[in-house]
Amino acid sequence: MAVLEILTLPDERLKQPAEPVERFDEELRAFIADLEETRLAGPAAVGIAAPQVGRHQRIVIVDVSSKPNIANQGHQVLINPEITHWQGYEIGREGCLSVPDYTGNVIRATQIRLRARDPWGRPVELGMAGFEARALQHELDHLDGLLFIDRVVSRRTDLFRRKRYLKSPPSAGAGA
Amino acid sequence: MAEWKMLTLVGEDRPGIVARVTDALFRTGCSLGEASMIRLGGNFTILMMVSSDLDEVALRRVLQPVVEAMALRCHLDPIGGGLHRHRVPNIQVRVWGADRAGIVAQVTGALAATGFNILELESDVAGSAERPVYLMNIQGYSEVTLEDLKGSVAGLAAEGIDIDVSPVETLVG
Repeated sequence: MAVLEILTLPDERLKQPAEPVERFDEELRAFIADLEETRLAGPAAVGIAAPQVGRHQRIVIVDVSSKPNIANQGHQVLINPEITHWQGYEIGREGCLSVPDYTGNVIRATQIRLRARDPWGRPVELGMAGFEARALQHELDHLDGLLFIDRVVSRRTDLFRRKRYLKSPPSAGAGA
Repeated sequence: MAEWKMLTLVGEDRPGIVARVTDALFRTGCSLGEASMIRLGGNFTILMMVSSDLDEVALRRVLQPVVEAMALRCHLDPIGGGLHRHRVPNIQVRVWGADRAGIVAQVTGALAATGFNILELESDVAGSAERPVYLMNIQGYSEVTLEDLKGSVAGLAAEGIDIDVSPVETLVG
């Protein structure tokens, strides 16, 4: 296992779209172990995507279980993820391992359903909500060459949206 | 190493102010740091960190043609601090109520009593001229618990102020 180098702005490779994974082999799983070690070595990241370490394949890790009082499904390694359904939106503050020393407000869907593969190529279907859904959307953007700074909205955008919609738990697949 | 100065410009809003001011600064070799421009009540306002080898008098001379042409008022102060000093907020406070004097003082007073540090504050008046509504959005850093913070502002509801205190969980991914 190894901690990989994180690409940071303005590295052009962060803008490069990632290709789908086709081979679910030991090499892939060894890379995923390195990617996870890299996530854990940084400043409290709840997710990481393969392009952040210069591997342009559609691989993300999401794990918001370290955050107190936030609904989550534990450690998720998702290959070739696709959002199949989304609803609601909410503004939240985001930062990024690839964008040091900057945070900004981003609008994300509050409820999503997604399809993906696990590291052995088996199909996975999940529902995510709130912070966990935000984390997945942030990581999925990396696969399309987008960073959260491509989506930042003005601080004033939130001024007239005083009440947030009442949070409901993930509609499906909410284990742990 | 050049020191930072805080440049404040205020005037009647019109297109092109930022472009002309920053062009004058750029041509003189100034660097810009963090900046915040906003229209308040139809006025143009900007606060801008400017780094320059020029002293205050020379910098004012550089700005003078633009300031006069755009009818701006200009203020320049030497400042401490620098870049990369961000603090990430952990609390958001949203406030609204029928507009009256004292809302900001009461809300921020209750927050300050807990040691709350305001990092960002935006406010606006909505509604109509006959029935104005005051809205304010604060993000800041609190070292006391959410419950203690809510307790500190709870009494304001009786004063006609609707106030929502919620955690800001910054996602890093």
